[in-house]
Amino acid sequence: MSANIRVKGGSMRSLQRREDAAGWLFVAPMLIGTTVLTLIPIVATFLLSFADWKFIAGIDALRWVGLENFRELVDDPKFQRSLINNFVFLLSVPIYMMISLALAVLINNLAYLKSLFKVVFFMPYISSVVAVAVVWQVLFHPSLGPVNHVLRLIGIADPPQWIADPDYALPSLMMISIWISIGFNMIVYIAGLQSIPREMYEAAEIDGASGWVKFTRITWPLLTPTTFFLLITGIIYSFKVFDLVAVLTKGGPIQSTTMLVWYIYEKAFVNLEIGYASAIALVLFLCLFFITLLQWFTQNRWVNY
Amino acid sequence: MIKQIARYPWGRIIATVVLAACGVIFMLPFLWMLSSSFKIEADVFKYPIEWIPKRWNALNNYKEVWFGSHPFYIYYWNSIKVSIGTMLLSVLVSSMAAYGFSKIRFRAGRWLFLVVLATFMVPQQAILVPQFILYRSIGLFDSHIGLIFLGSFSVLGTFMLRQFFMGVHHEYIESAKIDGAGHFRIFWQIAAPLVKPAIATYAILRFIWTWNDYLNPFIFLRSDPLFTIQLAMQKFTSLNGEFYSLIMAAAVSAIVPLLIIFVIGQKSVIEGIAIGGVKG
Repeated sequence: MSANIRVKGGSMRSLQRREDAAGWLFVAPMLIGTTVLTLIPIVATFLLSFADWKFIAGIDALRWVGLENFRELVDDPKFQRSLINNFVFLLSVPIYMMISLALAVLINNLAYLKSLFKVVFFMPYISSVVAVAVVWQVLFHPSLGPVNHVLRLIGIADPPQWIADPDYALPSLMMISIWISIGFNMIVYIAGLQSIPREMYEAAEIDGASGWVKFTRITWPLLTPTTFFLLITGIIYSFKVFDLVAVLTKGGPIQSTTMLVWYIYEKAFVNLEIGYASAIALVLFLCLFFITLLQWFTQNRWVNY
Repeated sequence: MIKQIARYPWGRIIATVVLAACGVIFMLPFLWMLSSSFKIEADVFKYPIEWIPKRWNALNNYKEVWFGSHPFYIYYWNSIKVSIGTMLLSVLVSSMAAYGFSKIRFRAGRWLFLVVLATFMVPQQAILVPQFILYRSIGLFDSHIGLIFLGSFSVLGTFMLRQFFMGVHHEYIESAKIDGAGHFRIFWQIAAPLVKPAIATYAILRFIWTWNDYLNPFIFLRSDPLFTIQLAMQKFTSLNGEFYSLIMAAAVSAIVPLLIIFVIGQKSVIEGIAIGGVKG
């Protein structure tokens, strides 16, 4: 009897050991990849942000400077400019969310052509940002471009210079970003709309509710998880903006479109100030980290059913 | 009741008209790009805009883009190599990890999953510098294989596929084990085929994201012959500064093939985005 149990326990243990081995094998590629390409680099970013180092000078030239980089950051006007621009850029998020919601409601009410409209509004999102940016650059051409041509036609004698104008460059980038982001937000909103049970609307109709009442009392509250998700995704995305800046403005004119990721790039790969760039990168990481935490901890409060 | 039936089609007609108007405005940049790419240079900024060109120069423009001094076919081939390589490796790595985390009951599984979950919070933009230094020192800088590795260890893909693997019943796996199958056979012959649609969706998304990626090639490639289509597009633009018809032909060339893939795989792409609410 006791011998029997021992054998059974032994085989259980060897089974579990085999299961362990298989588990490690299956997740090993992913683990090695994320360790080498994400975990070690983020630790390195953290460490390097306390150093003063020019990459090409070799490892011997590395000097630990404590909080010096961060002290410099606080007084760095270009860093402040980048941070402010990032926050201004955030304003595009609620704008494209509102447009996307309106489009989603309209498309969801259609009987025909639903998928055609989905494809149409999704096209900018699927297109390469570089190509799209180049097209907009030509459309926004100050003297020859079609945008200013139309503006002159409707009586604006002195239209803005768009991406060449320090006052209009950032709004121009935001407009392009809105145009690109609508498709994604709209698709997610349509999915959210389709998960609302039809019976709710039918019940409301029996009670004589108008379209607007149905929207404010049923659609909007039931969509809050979707809205919250899109808001967070949009904020994170806009903090990471790089392509548009790199292709269209390179941070200019006169720093009017410099943003955190662009500034990291400039410091690290143009000025080769690895330590300082890492300090900016750490700020970016912390910003996104807190936004993600905020999402995790407030998630439940946003769900309204 | 009667009133409702009578009212409803009107609402739909108005919605369709409003949407059609918005849609056309939305598409104008694409239409302008397409029509300019067919024109001779002198007609690009001619007003009123000739949406259908009077003087055609399409053949010359596209010939210059594809077979001129910076022939796009080379960069296309590079993009295809990198995108397909990333797609295949990423699907393999992510689906294996997803299977491991959902269907193998191993002791370290839980906290290993937490480790992977944590890396999801790290934006690549914040670790570019160490990645660059690492790539320089191990010889992966300025190589396609290096680019493929950068896009292949996707936490997002692992999450997405894990959701679907969790939907595979444990009984299938248990009974296969009793028949003597190991996890690799179960994975290849039972579990992976069951979640094939999800894997296909993720594969298309990964392909599109890699194809459109600008940041990684921009930082991690240096030699012109290795450039992907995005870098080539930018280079072409700066070299042909004032030849807008050529630039538009290049833009069309960069966008259209992917649009075709998207329209063909439209359903799974849109569903994938809607289900996962994912964003590259």
